[in-house]
Amino acid sequence: MRDGRDGAPLLTVEKLCVHFNNGRQDVQATRDIAFSVQPGERVGIVGESGCGKTVTGLSLLGLLPRHTSRVTGTALFEGQNLIGLAPDRLRQIRGRKIGMIFQEPMSALDPVFTIGSQIGETIRTHFAVGKKEARQRAIAALDSVGISSPERVHDSYPHQLSGGMRQRAMIAIALVCEPRLLIADEPTTALDVTIQAQIIDLLMNLSTRSGTALLFITHDLGVIAETCTRMITMYAGEVVEDAPVDTALVRPLHPYTSGLLRSLPRLSAPGTKLHSIPGRVPSPQAMPDGCRFEERCPHALPDCRRHQVLDQVGPDRRVRCFRHDALTLPGALTEQEALV
Amino acid sequence: MTAPILAARDLRIRFPTQDGQETVKAVDGVSFDVEAGETFGVIGESGSGKSTLGRAAVCLLRPTSGEVLHRGGNPYLLPSKALRQQRRDYQIIFQDPNAALNPRMRIVDSIREPLDILGAGSRAQRTAQAMAMLEMVGLRAEFGARYPHELSGGQKQRVNIARVLTVRPKLVVCDEVVAALDVSIRADILNLFASLQGEFGLTYLFITHDIGVVSHVSSRIAVMYLGRFMELGPAETITHRPLHPYSVALLSAEPTPLPSAMRTGKRIVLQGEIPSPTAPPSGCRFRTRCPVARDACAETEPEWREVSTGHFIACHFPGSLAAH
Repeated sequence: MRDGRDGAPLLTVEKLCVHFNNGRQDVQATRDIAFSVQPGERVGIVGESGCGKTVTGLSLLGLLPRHTSRVTGTALFEGQNLIGLAPDRLRQIRGRKIGMIFQEPMSALDPVFTIGSQIGETIRTHFAVGKKEARQRAIAALDSVGISSPERVHDSYPHQLSGGMRQRAMIAIALVCEPRLLIADEPTTALDVTIQAQIIDLLMNLSTRSGTALLFITHDLGVIAETCTRMITMYAGEVVEDAPVDTALVRPLHPYTSGLLRSLPRLSAPGTKLHSIPGRVPSPQAMPDGCRFEERCPHALPDCRRHQVLDQVGPDRRVRCFRHDALTLPGALTEQEALV
Repeated sequence: MTAPILAARDLRIRFPTQDGQETVKAVDGVSFDVEAGETFGVIGESGSGKSTLGRAAVCLLRPTSGEVLHRGGNPYLLPSKALRQQRRDYQIIFQDPNAALNPRMRIVDSIREPLDILGAGSRAQRTAQAMAMLEMVGLRAEFGARYPHELSGGQKQRVNIARVLTVRPKLVVCDEVVAALDVSIRADILNLFASLQGEFGLTYLFITHDIGVVSHVSSRIAVMYLGRFMELGPAETITHRPLHPYSVALLSAEPTPLPSAMRTGKRIVLQGEIPSPTAPPSGCRFRTRCPVARDACAETEPEWREVSTGHFIACHFPGSLAAH
């Protein structure tokens, strides 16, 4: 698929589009999303609210509302197209080969079942094991996510646990079947920084140990930098940049990626004005044909109103900006850091 | 020397738990001064008591013991009319820009409401003041006629700021005011706070869990844990040379968007979670998670002492945990 990588990708997404229809109007949430994930690779999808990053994750697993959404394109996972796959076939993959964890563990866990029965349900859906063995496996799974009294937590209800513990329980459910891919949608956003650090460490350890690939969806560039090797930037429903994290942080090629990185408080001296991106995301009803960032872009030219393609600009880099050659954009480094 | 605009003296705020069996010690003995014109940052995790502290500062919560002082005086000793007058000077803005606005009121009416309550001038004058304030926070006049659901999160937060400023406060408590906003919008709102501070001579008590934000806006920072201050000092000192193990760990836990080769220092991952504020640990309340705790930490509560000018700390062994 991509040069400079060995073997077949675990997941290849092409031309993935999601439309929502409320009966009165049709709104395109994402357009022509394309990316791939290698086995064991940790890929971050970054973007602000409404850019389509969550919808992308949900569409891969067929978790969007059936009657009000339409998903087109392909998502080849181990050679099988997930888009349009029959519900019962999809159920064999979801939870077994692809796990998912969400931002708010309280709303993702069922409040009327114990943690153990929710892990057990996953195990018994995918493996022919008895209740007793399911319990043992569930307790082992809780132990593996660093829960110190796994048997007590196994028999606890979600409300009896703290936010950090619930997120660990979620991770236990997602990883109990040893999936090949874990989709993590803002898994640490609702947590305190010291707990976030614990969860990041845990995800990194588990992914390294089991070779599970990670698709990390977040708005937090710091979390991406510390967990992922590749970063996909989304804006207004499109992928605008795809690059190795370390490269993108130093030399982003898309003005939006650069703008996002420059908005971080650490790059402005205390008390000085913070860099910001003027304006706001165009509404889905009035999406421009050309570059969707053009209106807010400090480097825009008249030609930016033409349709922009996601150009392959290096063995592992793509960018949706025809001016990428002409621009030298700053990244997440301060001026002194950039000189080193 | 004039009295500080806001001060707390051994401030304690307790709540009964729902079953009435226990007491939550949300704020448990905090003292500090906030000088006019500065931005005093308070950083802490959920359950540290930082929001309770903010509410007490503007008399939304009554201290269980100890005092909040407004320009040296205890506001609760004022006659109720004078207290109401004084409250104008001490305002608060909350985290969720949606929850703070009435969905059935037009924006201009929401902004005018505080003035209506004060009853100064004619309705037309008050509307004019509200519209002027709308412009001050960077929103076009046409937004006045809209309803909250027609605005984005950032715009709504601007409305909340305008609303508070109509009464010309002296001090504004900003409780997680940018936490719900996207990165690029966050920068805009923080810039707005900074420019309004110059314009109106405001003092901010800036409460947040975001280290990047607090170190950018604050002149001084207090680090709070389980109802008490662990460390307090100039922003520069706290962010670059913290001495309390909790401050060190908190700062190191924040993920930095730097390439792997440039990320210096190992992240200190604290074990466990913040203990229950109904029964804080004996001695130093951070000791149960402190990587360098010793026996002495469980026995005596460390004193709040000044280690250098303006730099206070509550730790028996300051500087014993290093980030690198």
